[in-house]
Amino acid sequence: MSNPGLNGHPTLDEWIAIKADGRIAVKTGKVDIGQRISTALAMIAAEELDVPVDRIDVIRTVTGEAPDEGITSGSNSMMESGVAVRLAAATARRHMLAQAAEQLDVDIDSLDVEDGLIQSRNTNRSVRYEEIQGDKLFEVDVNPDTDTKSPEAHRIVGGKIAPLDLSEIVTGEYRFLHDVKVPGMLHARVVRPPHYEARLVSVDADATERLRESGMDIVQDGSFLAVAGRDEFAVIRAAERLFGACAWNTGPGLVEADIYESLASNTRESRPVESDGVPQDKPVTPLADPPKSATATLEARYDKPYHAHGSMGPSAGFALRTESGLEVKSHSQGVYFLRSAIAEALDMDEDTVRIEHMPGAGCYGHNGADDAAFDAALIACALPGHPILLKWTREEEHSWAPYATAMSMKLRGSLDADGKVLDWNHESYGDTFMMRPRSGPNRAGAARLLSGRYRDDPPPKFVAGPTMGRHVGIHRNLDPLYDFPQKRLVKNLVRDLPLRTSALRTLGAFANIFAIECFMDELAEVAGVDPVTFRLNHLTDPRAREVIEAATSRLDVSTPPEGRGRGVGFAQYKNLKAYAAVAVELEVTNAAEIVLHRAVLAGDAGEIVDRDGLAAQYDGGFLQAASWAMAEQVTWDRDGITSRDWETYPILGFENVPELETVLIERPGVPFLGAGEAVSGPSGAAIANAIYSATGLRLRRMPFTPDALRAAAMDA
Amino acid sequence: MDCYTLTVNGEVREIAGDEATPLVFVLRNDLDLIGAKLGCGLEQCGACAVLVDGEATLCCNRPAGEFAGKQITTVEALSEDTEGAAVQVAFIAEGAAQCGYCTAGLVVAATALLKKTPKPDRQEIASGLEDHLCRCGSHARVIRAIERASETLAHV
Ligand code: FES
Ligand code: FES
Repeated sequence: MSNPGLNGHPTLDEWIAIKADGRIAVKTGKVDIGQRISTALAMIAAEELDVPVDRIDVIRTVTGEAPDEGITSGSNSMMESGVAVRLAAATARRHMLAQAAEQLDVDIDSLDVEDGLIQSRNTNRSVRYEEIQGDKLFEVDVNPDTDTKSPEAHRIVGGKIAPLDLSEIVTGEYRFLHDVKVPGMLHARVVRPPHYEARLVSVDADATERLRESGMDIVQDGSFLAVAGRDEFAVIRAAERLFGACAWNTGPGLVEADIYESLASNTRESRPVESDGVPQDKPVTPLADPPKSATATLEARYDKPYHAHGSMGPSAGFALRTESGLEVKSHSQGVYFLRSAIAEALDMDEDTVRIEHMPGAGCYGHNGADDAAFDAALIACALPGHPILLKWTREEEHSWAPYATAMSMKLRGSLDADGKVLDWNHESYGDTFMMRPRSGPNRAGAARLLSGRYRDDPPPKFVAGPTMGRHVGIHRNLDPLYDFPQKRLVKNLVRDLPLRTSALRTLGAFANIFAIECFMDELAEVAGVDPVTFRLNHLTDPRAREVIEAATSRLDVSTPPEGRGRGVGFAQYKNLKAYAAVAVELEVTNAAEIVLHRAVLAGDAGEIVDRDGLAAQYDGGFLQAASWAMAEQVTWDRDGITSRDWETYPILGFENVPELETVLIERPGVPFLGAGEAVSGPSGAAIANAIYSATGLRLRRMPFTPDALRAAAMDA
Repeated sequence: MDCYTLTVNGEVREIAGDEATPLVFVLRNDLDLIGAKLGCGLEQCGACAVLVDGEATLCCNRPAGEFAGKQITTVEALSEDTEGAAVQVAFIAEGAAQCGYCTAGLVVAATALLKKTPKPDRQEIASGLEDHLCRCGSHARVIRAIERASETLAHV
């Protein structure tokens, strides 16, 4: 099987190193962003090598040192790095066993390994990994066809272990990028314009002089303005003063038109999406009349607002301009791409830029991490020799990081006389999810780094075309997994929308699955069939059926208790990755507030490696999606973003946490399926369906706030 | 430049700096106690929580000078504290963190809660954590960890 990491990095030494002290280094291009990929990779390596997990060090990704595995996203890490590390570890074991057999003069098949000690069953002679391989290069390629352990032999994989680093996290010793401290370091803050379209006209010279006298460095390049100094809080205050000393040309401001109007009426690029989830470069066939044999036809439009990543720690970046190059630390999900963009923007040779990944707060996609790294780099280049730690403020993170686009989904479905779907139409509308920085023609790297657009001589605006990959972007999970005889699927990339957008966990899948799974309930009702049976009537994939049955047998959605509602949602992420079914029980109070009571999450992610880490992706994903569905929306007016902090952009807190049960289907020996994004879409839909079950109100636009519920009740 | 003292984790510490600087910066930058995080600086998220005379307190927006003469305890010292240690162990057992940025603040809040309410019910746990946010969705695990810590403490 082809593996992207191994294709580019075929040699074993690029993945694994045995140290003289017996510790084992595992190198990966996938970064830990709280999803516990390092724990899973350590478990996989430890399993194949027969050592305890605590002997493995998963090395932080550094450009030029770690394999380039692209971006840590799309639930790809287990299928890519997980497989690569498994094959690398198995190759390493095999290689060391062969050497041991020679050294001990025994047959290789007589060798066992226990805790890194290779022992012959026949002779009792033994040798340790580090005695053979300590601090030496393997100088062989990873064998993609090597035998790996059979699932029955697994002692570590599939078990429950405490996540790496958690003991340091709970004692506060764990160092995030935000906690870096090096001698001579300057703290820095950027002074942003009031909004995207504003540009700096002038800065009051007296004010800057006073700040300089107080020891602050001020860096300006066009409309990019920043302050640096030794004392972090003094820098924060200086940045506030500097903002007050700026004159801005605010231009016409942001477009205030109703976003759902804009989604429907702005110019757009439309592409038909064929049944395996791939957009086609050909015209869209117009929507035809429903089939003659249809006994019922339903239409509905579903909407989802812009969502913020809302990382708990505002983005940060560290940079130091040395004589020979640039040292950067970043919590970016794609340090190699970021390096290409930064090198391009600063007109430096890529090899002179080194980016080390350091943990940040959970980002769930393209948040401000890359931009903050570039901000730090810009400041560092203006102040060579000074290590710079740049942090965004809460307001900056909320108002300048990219958002997930608002989306509209228009569905039309027809039923036949047997209550089965005869014809299915789904068109999705949204802005791009694909704005991660990466070098390219017309200075595309600089154009996709926030501050790149505010410097003197800015690059032309980068306009993303419709992505044509399978399930990449607006059309992720646009294609339902259900067996429908006729489908018409269209993605519409809408132009001239007001806010900055890029990748957020699931891309279009959250909105598409919300729409599909609500519409399935609407059709089921017309067909007179209960929602679970209706789904099963259209599903042949046995693994899909099994998760739905696992969730709904534990929480029967057709029999909600008095005063409560129950709903279900299902999807296989990208029709290719992990399966998830969600059953929810909730109540809508007289104050029109939703109280979540119970949720059962059933998942099938192929072979389970880190059991608890996998469960955490499901239960954490559910709670985040519940927050998206019930509480969140980015707001703005002419003068800029108005949802600028946790009061104006509320998220779900600890007051509304249901009893959560996560059921994982056992699939030993079956390929890993990425699970980080599987549960989000089904969760949003299950909540909407449960609200309908509780109240008879069909909410088709998120968020499901008390206001939205009251408005729906008035219309009903 | 001002000079003043703070009592942090049982030790009296001399601080040279502006007393108006919010405590979180003094802890993190002057005393290298990085457990308290800067999440918002607006008293909206709970990442910066420390114990002040046993009460969970957000310290990102209150001048450090206000805390003179009080007992400040940061998450780093909680392994020495009966409730704190039980909470830390329980967080590990329940895998109650993902990225961990909010976690130190939650450990502090949970410790304060269990000191006051050794056997909290769900309602009391929720109100004990009302100043706190988590973006990764670790909530259910955090709640279970607090229940677990409460049970362990009942048996010591
Ligand atoms: S940092 Fe203090 S409450 Fe957010
Ligand atoms: S664990 Fe990431 S914010 Fe709570």
